[in-house]
Amino acid sequence: MSLELVCPAGNLPALKTAIDHGADCVYMGFRDNTNARAFPGLNFDYAAAQEGVRYAHAKGKKVLLALNTFPQTTTWSRWQQAVDQAAEVGIDAIILADPGLMRYASRTYPGMRLHLSVQGSATNYEAINYYHEHFGIQRAVLPRVLSLAQVEKVIKNTPVEIELFGFGGLCVMVEGRCVLSSYATGESPNTAGVCSPAKAVRWEQTPEGLESRLNNVLLDRYGAEEKAGYPTLCKGRFEVSDETYYAIEEPTSLNTLELLPEMLNMGIAAVKIEGRQRSPAYVEQVTKVWRAAIDMAKRNTENYAVHPAWTTQLDKVAEGQQHTLGAYHRPWK
Amino acid sequence: MIMKLSLGPILYYWTRETLLDFYEQAASWPVDIVYLGETVCSRRHTFRTEDWLHVAGMLAAAGKEVVLSSQALIESESDLKTLRRLCSNGKFSVEANDMGAVRLLSGTPFVIGPHINIYNPHTLEILAEAGAKRWVVPVEMSRQMLADLLEQDTHAMETEIFAYGRLPLAFSARCFTARRYNLPKDDCQFRCLDEPYGLTLKTREGQPFLALNGTQTQSASVYNLLAELESMQGLVHVVRISPQPQHTGDVAALFHAALNGATTPAHAARELAPLMPEAACNGYWYGRPGLDQVAIP
Repeated sequence: MSLELVCPAGNLPALKTAIDHGADCVYMGFRDNTNARAFPGLNFDYAAAQEGVRYAHAKGKKVLLALNTFPQTTTWSRWQQAVDQAAEVGIDAIILADPGLMRYASRTYPGMRLHLSVQGSATNYEAINYYHEHFGIQRAVLPRVLSLAQVEKVIKNTPVEIELFGFGGLCVMVEGRCVLSSYATGESPNTAGVCSPAKAVRWEQTPEGLESRLNNVLLDRYGAEEKAGYPTLCKGRFEVSDETYYAIEEPTSLNTLELLPEMLNMGIAAVKIEGRQRSPAYVEQVTKVWRAAIDMAKRNTENYAVHPAWTTQLDKVAEGQQHTLGAYHRPWK
Repeated sequence: MIMKLSLGPILYYWTRETLLDFYEQAASWPVDIVYLGETVCSRRHTFRTEDWLHVAGMLAAAGKEVVLSSQALIESESDLKTLRRLCSNGKFSVEANDMGAVRLLSGTPFVIGPHINIYNPHTLEILAEAGAKRWVVPVEMSRQMLADLLEQDTHAMETEIFAYGRLPLAFSARCFTARRYNLPKDDCQFRCLDEPYGLTLKTREGQPFLALNGTQTQSASVYNLLAELESMQGLVHVVRISPQPQHTGDVAALFHAALNGATTPAHAARELAPLMPEAACNGYWYGRPGLDQVAIP
C-alpha cells in the first residue's frame, strides 16, 4: 500500500526541511507567475531548482514543479520555457492546469510525468479521463469540493492516480474557477498566480477597530481582543440581510488526519500539504506529524487513531488556529 | 458584421411558473440565441431536463437558436447522468461548462461556456479540434487579452462575450444561501427561490460587494458592456445578456437597438441605467479590477 506525502517547498531551506523530515515528494514553483503562489521573495530560480532536485534525488525523494497558472497569449513563451527548464533540471513531474501547455509538454517531452493541477478544476472522472486520453496525465489533484464517497467513485472510474489535499489553508471555492480576487484587485490565481495579493492589502487602525482592506474593499474589522489573520477575500466578515458573519468561510485550516485509513483503503495515491508560502518551521512541524500518521496508518490501518499530540502540534501552525474536514465531510457543505 | 445577441442561461432559481412565463416572453425578444438549463445547482428542480427540452422546442419554433447549457460543477454520479442525457439529446447543441462535458461532446459541434478556462490560442486550438464552434470568453479577460489571443487564432470559431448581468465569479461545493440561514445544504429548503437575483453581500461599511446565489458567488454590481459594443467590433460575434428577474426584455431591446445602429451605445447605456438593479461595473474589459467602473465617454 503506497501513499505519498507531498510537502510544500517555498524555498530551498523549506525543501531540505521537508525531505529531512519525511516527505516523499516536495512541490515547488519558479520565481515568477508561472505558479499559483507567485509571492515576492518566494520560490526557486534556476540554480536553486537544480540544487533542490540534486538534494532530493540524493535522498531518493522526488521534486514536482507547479506550473499551474494559465499562460496568456503574450506570455506563452515564458510558460513554455518553464516546461523546458523543468525537463533540464530533472523535475520528476510537472503539475499543469492549461491544456495548451499540457500538449506542449506531452509532445516535447514524451517521457515527462504530468500531473493535473487542482487549478485544472477536474472534479469528475469524465474530466480527468479527458486529460488522460489527450495528454497522458498520470495523476490528478482534486479540488477541495468532493466528499470522500465521491472521491471513491472517481478513483474507481479512472486509471489516473488521485492526490488529495490533506492539510493547510482551505480554498472554499473550486480552484481554477474562482476570480473573486481579480474582481477586487485585478489579479487572480488563474492569471497572476496570486489570491488577495499582499500589494493590495491595507491595514488601518480606526476608532471602530483594526480594519483590513483589499484594494479599498473592507474585508474585516477586528476588536481589541480579536486575532487578525491574513485578509484573504473569502475569509472576511460581511453583512448579508442584516447579519454580519463569515459569510463564505471562517479563517480555518483543512486537517484530514482522521480520514487517513479511509484514504488508504480507497487507494488515494498521495496526500498534499498546502503552504508553499509558509515558513520552514511550519513545513517541519507538519511534515513530521503527517509522516508519523501515514506510517502508523500503513502499519495498522484498523487500529489507527489520531494521536492527540499530532493535533496539538498541527493546531499551533494552522491558519486561524482551528481546523475542519472540509468538503470530505458532508455537513460542511 | 452585425453581432448577434444571446440570452444566457438563468443563473438563479425561479419557480416553474416564472420560468415558463419568462421564456414565453423571450420568444418575442430580439435575441438570436437562447441558452437553457441549470448551470449552478443540481438540487434545483422546478424544471427537469424534459421541461428544458420542451421550452427549447418552443423557442426553436419561434426562430431562436437554442443551446442547452451544462452544469459547471459536476460532483456526483447523478450529475454525470444528467450531463450524459444532455449531451446525447440528439437535437440541440450543448454549452460545455466542464471538461467532462467536453469529453462527452468531442466530435460533435458544441459551445464552450464561460466556466472553461481558455486564456491562449493553444488551448483554443485543442477545443476547436474537439469540435467547438463557439466559445464564451472567461469573464475576467480584458479586451486587450482577447485581441491578443484572436490575433493568433486561425480557427474561425465564434467568440461570445458575457456583456450584461451580475458576473458569475466562483463556484463552491458549499451553499452560501443555505449557510446564511444556518441550514445544511442537503436540507436547504430551497431558499434560493426567495432570492430571484441572489443575496447581496455587503462589506461592514455597507458597500454592496458580492451576491450569493447558492453554490455560486457573483458580483453585486452588474457587468455592463453596452457602451463598449464598438470596441468589440472585429473581435466578438455574440453578445450575451444574463437574465435578471425584471426588465430582461427591455435590456435586450436596448442592446439590439445599439447593435443595429438605431441608437448610440452611450445613449442606450443611459436608458439602461434605471433598469439595472445595482450599480454597473466594466473593469474587466479594461484590464482593471472587475468591480471598477471606467467612465463612459
